[in-house]
Amino acid sequence: MATERINMPQLGESVTEGTISTWLVSAGDKINKYDPIAEVMTDKVNAEVPSSFTGVIKEVVAQEGDTIQVGDLMCYIDTEDALSSDETNTAEQSEPDQEAKPEQTSNDNSMKKRYSPAVLKLAQENDIDLAYVDGTGRGGRITRKDIEKLIASGDKPAPATSKNEQKTTEAADLKSPQSEHQAVPQQSAKLGDIEIPVTGVRKAIAQNMVKSTQEIPHAWMAVEADVTDLVNYRNQVKDEFKQHEGYSLTFFAFFVKAVAQALKEFPQLNSTWAGDKIIQHKDINLSIAVAKDQELFVPVIKNADEKSIKGIARDINDLAARARSGKLTQDDMQGGTFTVNNTGSFGSVQSMGVINHPQAAILQVESIVKRPVIINDMFAARDMVNLCLSLDHRVLDGLIAGQFLARVKEIVEHTNANTTSIY
Amino acid sequence: MPVMSYIQAVTAALSEEMQRDEKVFILGEDVGKKGGVFGATKGLHDAFGEYRVLDTPLAESAIAGVGIGAAMYGMRPVAEMQFADFIMPAVNQIISEAAKMRYRSNNDWNVPITIRAPYGGGVHGALYHSQSVEAVFANQPGLKIVMPSTPYDVKGLLKASIRDNDPVLFFEHKRAYRLLKSDVPEEDYVLPIGKADVKREGNDVTVITYGLGVHFALQAAEKLEEAGVDTHILDLRTVYPLDQEAIIKAAQKTGKVLLITEDNKEGSIIGEVAAIIAENCLFDLDSPIQRLAGPDIPAMPFSPTMEKYFMINPDKVENAIRELAEF
Amino acid sequence: MAKNRHESLGLTDEQAVDMYKHMLLARKIDERMWLLNRAGKIPFVISGQGQEASQIGASFALDRNNDYAAPYYRDMGVVLAFGMTAKELMLSAFAKAEDPNSGGRQMPSHFGQKKNRILSQSSPVTTQVPHAVGVALAAKMEKKDFASFVTLGEGSTNQGDFHEGLNFAGVHKLPVITMVENNKYAISVPLDKQIASTNVSDRAHSYGMPGVTVDGNDPLAVYEAVKKARERAVNGEGPTLIEAVSYRFTAHSSDDDDRQYRESAEVEEAKKKDAIISFAAYLKETDTMTEKQEQEIRSEIDSIVNDATDYAENAAYPEPESALKYVYEE
Repeated sequence: MATERINMPQLGESVTEGTISTWLVSAGDKINKYDPIAEVMTDKVNAEVPSSFTGVIKEVVAQEGDTIQVGDLMCYIDTEDALSSDETNTAEQSEPDQEAKPEQTSNDNSMKKRYSPAVLKLAQENDIDLAYVDGTGRGGRITRKDIEKLIASGDKPAPATSKNEQKTTEAADLKSPQSEHQAVPQQSAKLGDIEIPVTGVRKAIAQNMVKSTQEIPHAWMAVEADVTDLVNYRNQVKDEFKQHEGYSLTFFAFFVKAVAQALKEFPQLNSTWAGDKIIQHKDINLSIAVAKDQELFVPVIKNADEKSIKGIARDINDLAARARSGKLTQDDMQGGTFTVNNTGSFGSVQSMGVINHPQAAILQVESIVKRPVIINDMFAARDMVNLCLSLDHRVLDGLIAGQFLARVKEIVEHTNANTTSIY
Repeated sequence: MPVMSYIQAVTAALSEEMQRDEKVFILGEDVGKKGGVFGATKGLHDAFGEYRVLDTPLAESAIAGVGIGAAMYGMRPVAEMQFADFIMPAVNQIISEAAKMRYRSNNDWNVPITIRAPYGGGVHGALYHSQSVEAVFANQPGLKIVMPSTPYDVKGLLKASIRDNDPVLFFEHKRAYRLLKSDVPEEDYVLPIGKADVKREGNDVTVITYGLGVHFALQAAEKLEEAGVDTHILDLRTVYPLDQEAIIKAAQKTGKVLLITEDNKEGSIIGEVAAIIAENCLFDLDSPIQRLAGPDIPAMPFSPTMEKYFMINPDKVENAIRELAEF
Repeated sequence: MAKNRHESLGLTDEQAVDMYKHMLLARKIDERMWLLNRAGKIPFVISGQGQEASQIGASFALDRNNDYAAPYYRDMGVVLAFGMTAKELMLSAFAKAEDPNSGGRQMPSHFGQKKNRILSQSSPVTTQVPHAVGVALAAKMEKKDFASFVTLGEGSTNQGDFHEGLNFAGVHKLPVITMVENNKYAISVPLDKQIASTNVSDRAHSYGMPGVTVDGNDPLAVYEAVKKARERAVNGEGPTLIEAVSYRFTAHSSDDDDRQYRESAEVEEAKKKDAIISFAAYLKETDTMTEKQEQEIRSEIDSIVNDATDYAENAAYPEPESALKYVYEE
């Protein structure tokens, strides 16, 4: 004696449920196999459902009027033949597939060095040395997610990590920094000295500076510009500007604009050294240096040549604010083609900038100082500024750099309310 | 908002379109008095009369061909093939005629016909009541192939198909007819043909599928969520021509792509989807593109064990997603 | 003097002469196309020579301003009668952009022109039969009194679409006139190897419609049969099957050599019954057309064909990229 289930049969090809209109049996009834037990109504047919067993109805579970799914229980029947099987529903009861078992995790690292295209691309773009990355994928494979997490965390285990890295980095760059590391002679701290571990941004800055100065043959030149008109102009409008726009109109914005304009005319300076060729960039994306505590960020004003002085002032304001609040994104710092450095902001009057690798030049805008200048054989009090240019001598020569600098000088000297619009 | 089954959404769309436009009429086998073997046209014969819900002789090429002729005249026929498996006698009419009419006449003639057919397995339909036939038509420029996955999409897409000025094959999954129910607005709305739809947002694995596969993927995704796997599901909705932009976007999102069809694997729709991803997304991919499909045997056998072996189901989908997540 | 038959059929003298004119125009365009093909100027010709009487006789019995035609590829006479011009046919032969049938997309003689209600045709045969039935179904649903006219060759009556289409039309009593142009050959296979019954029209019985066989070389006989069928159609009495028996004077197409499968004597014998000659003789014998009129017609047609050829030869080809257009509505 065994108790069997009688389930709702599938009464038609698309039928997934049936409604019991009438029970033809009740508990205790003795029935034979194929005797009708209930009338069932579906969307497609009305049918009498026969019993699949000979036996005694034990319990009627579904009630008249109930709509139940195909394969769900209608009633129990006590059978005489325990071996008889439920013929109506074998196919519908789904046991979980064998393959459903999750794979065993192990210390298998066989996939550690199988890099997907996505992982390789991200690693190269972000200068990540995959040898130092732990993979969470099968066989220790480094997944795209692993890299994305790493980039988001900012803790990138890369010998050549730098925050202001360029997309144009050559493959050769990936291995060269390793030897630089080993070249640093061991120094030990003496009593009373403070040891500051070099990590994070400091480390990145250090590495980038080393790379730049070791790789790029720097040359320097400087010009002096009379920006009296520019100063008067800016001072005239700055209060109103601040009131209207809600942020300051700095001198620096005027210089950035002038540099963008001059770069358009001298694209040679908007270049990258790439071994067997020089890449002259179409876009003029100006990196600007923003300091925060011990960190130096170099966010980028994209397409500066297409922006007004106001637009540049806003970008400077935004980027500086985000740098200070730690909200700069990787995207903010990518794609720079030339750097303008506002060294004047901390009073410097002359400096030799280190080129922001792999760009071809950097311009330092020094402090504007009032100085006596001879004009028409008379002394005049003028606002003077030094513009100091560092250039990659592989890419550029003095002549072109000199012409460029002269052009910047010309633009800033002729900046006044009549020649130049803020908007 | 009323809850409708997938097949009720078919009936609602047909009825609304027939009310809206007198040129719309239905023709097919058993569609009239009986209301169709699945009941998709139930009640319409009484409501609209014999000639707007026309019982045709048992001859599929005539159903398609007569429909094409009426459409050329300016009618809006909705032809029903009783089962997608039985569309084969009409293939010449569909491919040689309907698909090419606008092109071959240099835009002079067009064929605004909708051909509906129930397809798909898992209903004990065996070799000739279970097939997915979309791939037969999916390299025929001039045709559009719509395969909705939800009652909501059924109504919006069927109405769009009827209003479309080109021939549309509208394949309805017969297992979905009474299995799937959801809210369907009573008011008139259409959904764009040719646009895929994100049915679930996720970040770990992208599933691209259509028809009942969407339902299976959603079920699998729900289970996998507990295991920390976040599945992104793109429902193709229109399988020809494909929404390349949506496919590329979905593939790029996670870099791990599972493609699902109930059809035989080789030569199926998802092979083309894989090609689109391969052409456009190499540097976003973090795993090989995976396909989950029926085996390459002529069709689904009748015996329940073999049928189950052939069919995709939520467990198979779940395993395949998990495999990718762990890769 | 021969008996005047056209008057009793309700045709005026002008109409009878116009029929002749159309037959001759179809013949002359067709002949020119062969010359152009053999001169290497157009890639392909498939002709209706020998079937003009059937085509023109039938077309003139229809309402050419309202009825729909689903012609097959030999039906130059039908499309001319329905309003397509010699120039348009030549543009199609040269595959030029202005071809109204397909803009140079299809082979010549794949007719179609919506403004003249000529349904576009493909190459797989007999697919047009269900289309014509569909148009007739629309006429019935919309309660319009036009007829739908479809033609095909006798070989095509073996296709499923013939059976499916005619049966559908018979069941629903649709206003369709099906005319089989029995030219005795389906490419190389003669009639007796194509169908087992004596006449194609015998098949009509099983579709519940009348079937008649007429002399396809006699435009007036065809006219009479089609006129009767059209009356049945628009009176709601249903479809008719007409078999017009003629002969194919040319090879199947410019790519076929008919000497491989039929005796030239058979062709010569058939040409003795050429309707272009016999119908001209009838018109003259009945004083419907004078010798002078015939000469005028011939020279007029010569210049029409010459002008059409020149125009089409010099017309522009489609832009190559225009191949991408009109797959779907734009």
